[in-house]
Amino acid sequence: MASVALSEAEKVYIVHGVQTRGVRSLRLGTFKEDLRVDGRGCEDYRCVDVETDVVSNTSGSARVKLGHTDILVGVKAEMGTPKLEKPNEGYLEFFVDCSANATPEFEGRGGDDLGTEIANTLYRIFNNKSSVDLKSLCISPREHCWILYVDVLLLECGGNLFDAISIAVKAALFNTRIPRVRVLEDEEGSKDIELSDDPYDCIRLSVENVPCIVTLCKIGYRHVVDATLQEEACSLASLLVSVTSKGVVTCMRKVGKGSLDPESIFEMMETGKRVGKVLHTSLQNILHKEESLGTKRQKVGFLG
Amino acid sequence: MAMEMRLPVARKPLSESLGRESKKHLVVPGDTITTDTGFMRGHGTYMGEEKLIASVAGSVERVNKLICVKALKTRYNGEVGDIVVGRITERRRSAEDELAMRGFLQEGDLISAEVQAVFSDGAVSLHTRSLKYGKLGQGVLVQVSPSLVKRQKTHFHDLPCGASVILGNNGFIWIYPTPEHKEEDAGGFIANLEPVSLADREVISRLRNCIVSLVTQRMMLYDTSILYCYEASLPHPIKDILKPEIMEEIVLETRQRLLEQEG
Repeated sequence: MASVALSEAEKVYIVHGVQTRGVRSLRLGTFKEDLRVDGRGCEDYRCVDVETDVVSNTSGSARVKLGHTDILVGVKAEMGTPKLEKPNEGYLEFFVDCSANATPEFEGRGGDDLGTEIANTLYRIFNNKSSVDLKSLCISPREHCWILYVDVLLLECGGNLFDAISIAVKAALFNTRIPRVRVLEDEEGSKDIELSDDPYDCIRLSVENVPCIVTLCKIGYRHVVDATLQEEACSLASLLVSVTSKGVVTCMRKVGKGSLDPESIFEMMETGKRVGKVLHTSLQNILHKEESLGTKRQKVGFLG
Repeated sequence: MAMEMRLPVARKPLSESLGRESKKHLVVPGDTITTDTGFMRGHGTYMGEEKLIASVAGSVERVNKLICVKALKTRYNGEVGDIVVGRITERRRSAEDELAMRGFLQEGDLISAEVQAVFSDGAVSLHTRSLKYGKLGQGVLVQVSPSLVKRQKTHFHDLPCGASVILGNNGFIWIYPTPEHKEEDAGGFIANLEPVSLADREVISRLRNCIVSLVTQRMMLYDTSILYCYEASLPHPIKDILKPEIMEEIVLETRQRLLEQEG
């Protein structure tokens, strides 16, 4: 993972900040608040900018900016043959490219390890029956199906990569439009696939059950959500929890050199579920809002 | 918990919001500035084919007969006497070094120092020959473009809001809690690892967010601008300062106050 060097004193400052149980009183009442370096509490996210349909020659795309982390995801739908063990379903293929623009560590083959790690995590969180309706991707059993190639491009690395990537993947899948096809069989029995003439005649994927990853970094004896690069450098262990909009955990993974005791894992999982539900609601609201703007929406893209 | 998602908004050109009449003369490397040969060439220009050509991307500044191009974003160029804040990345490994220095300074430590000499390839040599320089303890580092740090008489400021700031000429800004008493005998190399109080933390976090908003709006950083921005941000909660609309509002108020103060 891309990291920054910090002095001992800076790390101590960050750790104490996360653990401080300060009391701030407003006119309405008193409440306890923890204070991270940028003023956020332990469960606050940085401001997220989401935009879909930024790449024109893909079936669906999305760009997510979370603080200094910038992710671009493109989805391309191609026709292929289904896997032998699942003849009635299409499937997804993930590829993550950590571009050298993000940080000099990714130059040459430096970003490959991180890329494979992220891609494997994405495979794991989507590896269940309900995340994406794979049966809708089937055209004719055992012969043709839609394969969705999801390409993730890391443009800038500012901490909390997994969360931003999962938000971008969900937004891109929401934006994906797969052309409607019909299978025509003639008298000899050979099949022909006909694409509809209307470019707007497409099928959309239902992304209700697509999970999002919430990364919880353990700093001191507390855990934080959406850590910056400096906070990640102070944390020895993190827990990646993949949560659906209903609060169901599809997969969990621990990263980092340090150890976590079972009680903290349970607490972090509960926090992850709680935070994940709010994340999904916000994301769904913003995606619907963007879609309701339709053609009136001013596309910002990369030159805004 | 707070979670905010929004659609991106295209940035408005600054001159629109300021209502400035005169537009800056912006150039890119290779642009002709003028064909009049009567001018003296300053930084960022060179003479070629009887015309003055820009060598950096920035705005043209003219002082009587001197034309120079002030770059908007540059790598730091050291000058003798500059204050810099730096992080130790690598050290010379020799026996004396191991015995003497490792107790005081490790890789990753931050220090404040003054530039002693500049070499022809751009490398600088630093010295910490004063008690005000040395290893930096607990605090927050903000990295900005060096062109945004205004050159002043002193770069060490104890702000009245309760924290101190070092504005390094290389773009590294260090914000730290004001030490209660000056420890003359310690020499500045023993770091104090006691927890910093919540009040000081709030001031430091607010200053950090104010500096980040000034930088995002491309304003020069110096003690007065940082202080005005801090005062303008007081009505808002600390984490809201980084929201785009609040950032614009605060920086606009700072800009107006600075103009009033000058005019």
